[in-house]
Amino acid sequence: MTSVADLMDYDEVVERFDPMLGLEVHVELHTKTKMFCGCANEFGGEPNTHVCPVCLAAPGALPVVNGIAVESAIKIGLALNCEIAEWCRFARKNYFYPDMPKNFQTSQYDEPIAFNGYLDVTLDDGEVFRVEIERAHMEEDTGKSLHVGGTAGRIHGAEHSLLDYNRAGVPLIEIVTKMIPGTAERAPEVARAYVSALRDLLKALDVSDVRMDQGSLRCDANVSLSPKETGVLGTRTETKNVNSLRSVERAVRFEMTRQAAILAEGGEIVQETRHFEEASGTTRAGRRKETAEDYRYFPEPDLVPIAPSREWVEELRLTLPEMPAQRRKRVQAEWKLTDAELRDLVNADAVDLVAATVEAGATSVEARSWWVSYLMQQANTRGVELGALPITPAQVAKVVALVNEGALTNKLAREVVIGVLDGEGEPEQVVEARGLKVVSDDSALEKAVDEALAAQPDVADKIRDGKVAAAGAIVGAVMKATKGQADAKRVRELVISRCS
Amino acid sequence: MSLIRSTAAELAAKIHGGEVSAVEVAQAHLDRISSVDKGINAFLHVDTEGALAAAKQVDDDVAAGRPVASPLAGVPLALKDVLVAEGMPTTCGSKILEGWHSPYDATVTRRLREAGVVILGKTNMDEFAMGSSTENSAYGPTHNPWDLDRIPGGSGGGSSAALAAFEAPLAIGTDTGGSIRQPGAVTGTVGVKPTYGSVSRYGLVAFSSSLDQAGPCARTVLDAALLHEVIAGYDDRDSTSINAPVPPVVAAAREGASGDLSGVRVGVVTQFSGEGYQPGVLASFEAAVEQLRQLGAEVVQVSCPSFDYALPAYYLIAPSEASSNLARFDAMRYGLRVGDDGSHGAEEVMSLTREAGFGAEVKRRIMIGTYALSSGYYDAYYGSAQKVRTLISRDFDAAFATVDVLVSPTTPTTAFKIGERSGDPMAMYKADLCTIPSNLAGNAAMNVPSGLSADDGLPVGLQIMAPPLQDHRMYRVAAAYEVARDAAQGGPLIQRVPQLEGI
Ligand SMILES: [Zn+2]
Repeated sequence: MTSVADLMDYDEVVERFDPMLGLEVHVELHTKTKMFCGCANEFGGEPNTHVCPVCLAAPGALPVVNGIAVESAIKIGLALNCEIAEWCRFARKNYFYPDMPKNFQTSQYDEPIAFNGYLDVTLDDGEVFRVEIERAHMEEDTGKSLHVGGTAGRIHGAEHSLLDYNRAGVPLIEIVTKMIPGTAERAPEVARAYVSALRDLLKALDVSDVRMDQGSLRCDANVSLSPKETGVLGTRTETKNVNSLRSVERAVRFEMTRQAAILAEGGEIVQETRHFEEASGTTRAGRRKETAEDYRYFPEPDLVPIAPSREWVEELRLTLPEMPAQRRKRVQAEWKLTDAELRDLVNADAVDLVAATVEAGATSVEARSWWVSYLMQQANTRGVELGALPITPAQVAKVVALVNEGALTNKLAREVVIGVLDGEGEPEQVVEARGLKVVSDDSALEKAVDEALAAQPDVADKIRDGKVAAAGAIVGAVMKATKGQADAKRVRELVISRCS
Repeated sequence: MSLIRSTAAELAAKIHGGEVSAVEVAQAHLDRISSVDKGINAFLHVDTEGALAAAKQVDDDVAAGRPVASPLAGVPLALKDVLVAEGMPTTCGSKILEGWHSPYDATVTRRLREAGVVILGKTNMDEFAMGSSTENSAYGPTHNPWDLDRIPGGSGGGSSAALAAFEAPLAIGTDTGGSIRQPGAVTGTVGVKPTYGSVSRYGLVAFSSSLDQAGPCARTVLDAALLHEVIAGYDDRDSTSINAPVPPVVAAAREGASGDLSGVRVGVVTQFSGEGYQPGVLASFEAAVEQLRQLGAEVVQVSCPSFDYALPAYYLIAPSEASSNLARFDAMRYGLRVGDDGSHGAEEVMSLTREAGFGAEVKRRIMIGTYALSSGYYDAYYGSAQKVRTLISRDFDAAFATVDVLVSPTTPTTAFKIGERSGDPMAMYKADLCTIPSNLAGNAAMNVPSGLSADDGLPVGLQIMAPPLQDHRMYRVAAAYEVARDAAQGGPLIQRVPQLEGI
């Protein structure tokens, strides 16, 4: 555990040191089947139910490459502005670990399928920062170990371990940045913004679930410091177990303050793997290995090289959807948004939802106001992501239309939305079932207005004297009497006309 | 002629013609195994029930007038224990897999079953196919039926001995550096390593993935060809499988049997003679070459200089791949588990199991391979070996530009005595000197017996090599030679195996 005394104040860190970042992101593809066998690629499931001789490494079993995974890898490479290899191979990365059935990982080593690209990342203030990509390569995931007994689920001190191979062989793409210089005090923000932009891009490509909480997108952050303006590269650490965008930012920031404190006292940074602790926001050293790991990479002899034809690559390029950055620029112009409004929309992950609602007939203002305010509140209350709310953009558009027709007041509309969220059916069905029609029959309203005026003669007199502001009290009384089902605007008109 | 001394083709004809039942044929072989295998130790497992059931199925087809599943339906076969088969144990000759039953069939096994071939059981082998004598089996050595004090070759000594002992008319072997051909040579049987990629490796427990190839073993060239066509063909479960038609090897064997080789150009590899070659072996080889000339072939000398480096290159590439392929035997999911007593962690159990479960030769090769792949050594060892491999392929390409097939002795000596070379790995490795180049280049190669050595009366083998996917060329030459050899030597060589009854 690192105490506060072991950390340097962040402002001082950035005054004295230049941070150097490197980010490695592992993405689980959501292909139907695993990387080298026909087993289902599904998150969850009873342990060891998505397994076969190939992914359990039964003697004699052989891998066959999943063509869709290769296609996804190429799409990712293209979206990251990479070159696509004309010829590349898989390699074996040899090391023993119980949750890796073959005791080697089939991966790519010095011949990645995509290399030499970049991703432009928009920071909070709208500045665009270019992160250069070194490579994106294909590999397979390992199984999962569950250590029973002992402390904190760690292998050390556990009584026994359980192995689940459902995840073994799930297709992974590892995306590695080049070293990212020049981030200065914004290093933590750049790291977060990069992972966020990458996540949005992968989502737009529809190649992965990109759920950091489920491990389908995992980030390792490499951080080192060099004394300001010396350009001397520092020793780096690699922080793993960073499971949210916020954690990416916190982990980088923490490592900077930890390393700076050590360097300031003349200490040396140990090149090591560290683990991010979500609860404390700190990193701790992983188990140190006595000998340097030698993975004894060599070309995988059970697989033939992959040589994507240029025609195929160009075909795939044509299928790429609009990238999130361009899409944002376009909607900002179309919907006439300020930078702040766009940022709110992006932060709420609501761009697609609003666009779909506009598609279904609402204006962008109406759609935005529903998604980023009322529905966002509902999502927070219900503890789900905005997109996971059980309401469709079409349903939201329908509610908007009902308000515009005068069939619903805003207050009633919110109640209709609650009904939809509670599974009571389409908006019209909720209106029907809950009896939420606006009272638009003037004779019924006139009666209620007259009753209210009679009950408050002094107020009625004020209105008659031209003090129109006093009409609010009568409108309020009418709304109360009609249980909110009247159109307040119409009630006000009636009050004024009856008093003139 | 008795059932057990018949060829596979003869047995198939009798079974399909209703002259004899497949069950009788299977039973005759099972009886033979019972009576002689104690002294041979060719079989690690005999599947009496499964064999009789498969035979019965063929008899039912014949009785009902249904077409038989293949030209070999009903013929018994011995399967090398490195190919997995449901319902039978698979050990690879190792303690580490003792008692393990595969949950799936190898593609070769499946094709055999679909062809109605009757699998008698699994045959002995050097542990994980590493060896040239079958002495490295954890289940005791196999004895050569020609002389029980001698080795039957390896790694597929169980399969070759089963053929020579008339325990089975057909067998499956696997050849990584000569493990089909060298056992064939020292037991006087036919063994074929098809073109790499033409027989699926799915379910073949890997020793060296880029070299391993399963193939047919038999007592005649035609029988080997018939079996070749049953097991070969594209398999989408093996990424290195070649998607091309199976070469017409049966037709070539029949054509060759007519005894005319005019127009065929045969190259004698000059590198494979001289020091280290037994005089009786060289004499038999020269006689065989003369025989080919008399059959009308044009014989020329061909130099393949890179072949001199084949052996060292092989002993870097094969162990490197093996060190990785054998990593999966870790006690976690199947096989032997040692030290799981609550006092050892998973990594210790892995290590204790591998220490207890692997034999000395397997450990030696895992260590060599681990070393050769280590950072700092990779380029000098594995990298250089791969370059040699390219040079060997170029030598073959150059040779096949001028000749149709290449020939050499299959192995430099006849069968050596059990124990004679077990303390000297280099002497053991030299048994594969002539066979290894075809594994490194991936082309087709086979052994056909060329008679008995004048110096010790033991079988000698002629190796015939053909370009990739031209397997039929060597079958034609082998079949022509076989007929001429039998005519010159007064009948089939194999019938001169000593009587084994009562051993
Ligand atoms: Zn699987």
